[in-house]
Amino acid sequence: MIKVENLTKYYGEICAVNDIGFEIRRGEILGLLGPNGAGKTTFMRILTCYLNPSAGTIQVKDFNIREHPLAIKKLIGYLPENAPLYPDMLVFDYLQYVADIRGLDRETKRRRIDQLAATCSIQEVMHQPIAELSKGYKQRVGLAQAMMGDPEILVLDEPTSGLDPNQIIEIREIIKKIGKEKTIILSTHILSEAEATCDRVVIIHKGRIVADSPIEDLKQSLGKESVIALAFRNGDFAAVQNTLSRIAGVAAVEKAEGGDGVLAVNVTCKTGEDIRDLIYRSIRAQDWLLLEFVQQTRSLENIFRELTREK
Amino acid sequence: MKNIRHILSKEFKSYFIAPIAYIVIAIFLLITGWFFFSTFFLYNQASLRNFFGLLPIIFSFIVPAVTMRLFSEEIHAGSYEILMTLPLTFGEVILGKFLAAVAFVLVMLLPTLSYAITVTLLGRLDIGPIVGGYIGALFLGALFSAIGLLASALTRNQIIAFIIGTGICFALTLVDKMLFFLPESLLGVLEYIGADFHFQNIAKGILDSRDILYFASASFLALYGTRLVMQGKK
Repeated sequence: MIKVENLTKYYGEICAVNDIGFEIRRGEILGLLGPNGAGKTTFMRILTCYLNPSAGTIQVKDFNIREHPLAIKKLIGYLPENAPLYPDMLVFDYLQYVADIRGLDRETKRRRIDQLAATCSIQEVMHQPIAELSKGYKQRVGLAQAMMGDPEILVLDEPTSGLDPNQIIEIREIIKKIGKEKTIILSTHILSEAEATCDRVVIIHKGRIVADSPIEDLKQSLGKESVIALAFRNGDFAAVQNTLSRIAGVAAVEKAEGGDGVLAVNVTCKTGEDIRDLIYRSIRAQDWLLLEFVQQTRSLENIFRELTREK
Repeated sequence: MKNIRHILSKEFKSYFIAPIAYIVIAIFLLITGWFFFSTFFLYNQASLRNFFGLLPIIFSFIVPAVTMRLFSEEIHAGSYEILMTLPLTFGEVILGKFLAAVAFVLVMLLPTLSYAITVTLLGRLDIGPIVGGYIGALFLGALFSAIGLLASALTRNQIIAFIIGTGICFALTLVDKMLFFLPESLLGVLEYIGADFHFQNIAKGILDSRDILYFASASFLALYGTRLVMQGKK
């Protein structure tokens, strides 16, 4: 559906997107992750034909962003970060304006506005000025405008940024609902959101792609070593380290941050071996007072931090 | 064409949502009315020559005030990003906004017809210069709107857009008044560049193709400049 080839964008001397390439399949929800200034928004702006690339190209279906920007704009609905709408306009007037530009006829326009008002739950604010809306409602109106032309592709830049937890859940639900029919590309800082909504993530760092795979594959491929977190009452770290290091399958035993009178230890296990029973037996043999025994799963947060860490 | 109409309609309505339209129209009518009627009875002539004589100077700061928000506000608020990712061409966006500004100038001029009606009641009015004056005013308003639009596309700050627009419009209005400072070889060229020179020709009631060509080509240049600025932002 979308093919990104050797895409590069310079702002003067600064390279915001550096020779990236990947494909997005029809019906996929793709999460673009990356720290601030990674190049996510620049990529989205190029995809939506707001910016021209310095090199490379994007093919959307049969259209090229350089040769057929108008055709691509018809296929894409875009919600920029912070939903910049016209504050003086009424929600209804604004949606009507977007519908007119999208070329909807009178009957389709009326039906579509009603339908989107219900999908995005904005019926009660339809006749209010946009300036008077809460951030959550503005975001929903922005989503409604992005979906107005019933586009095949939705591009959402930080759709939940600045919203409260309830609003985040509501917007996430809407995205999931839309995602059943559309191809969605969304950028986010909230990694749990990517885990909850996306089929696949692309992690961008300093304009380059550092990871591109389904979330589960990413966790598995980078999560070869598992960590078991232990906590003991008044334990002696040297004794614990000495005992646990002798177990086959233990890669490292490290002291972690514990509380008062608590010894916290992280045991790193080698390549996917489940040695929890061996560790437990060793501890029981020593008669230490065990307070915690937790197998840590590698979260997307860990992976993200690992991949985007400044070297 | 439809998209131009949609943008025109949206921009035109936006003028009247905020109080700026009413303030600008009120200031325009106050200034033109004051200057026109304060000397009208002294001259004791049934003509609008004074009104049209002042119009280029008044338009030089009124029209950029009308156009300053057209792009600057959108760029500042970020709505420019949504606008430019809707299925629109540069030409449609520019023409829609330009025509909205011209329509506003037209609305602003409409109440001044009452001056003509008042003068008709007081004496015999020569209709030719009046029609010519209003046609010229529309051409002048269109040119200054195009210049204001260009200034608005250059910056996200409306005040700076207003200052740039006013500066250019004033320069075009006053350039043919400064000719005595300049070498003789430049006189012809600078006189031709002056907007006031061409406007006053039309306001005499003579529709010369050279004057029409001047307004059309100068407006086109400003609009084309706006397009280049927008392309540069990509």
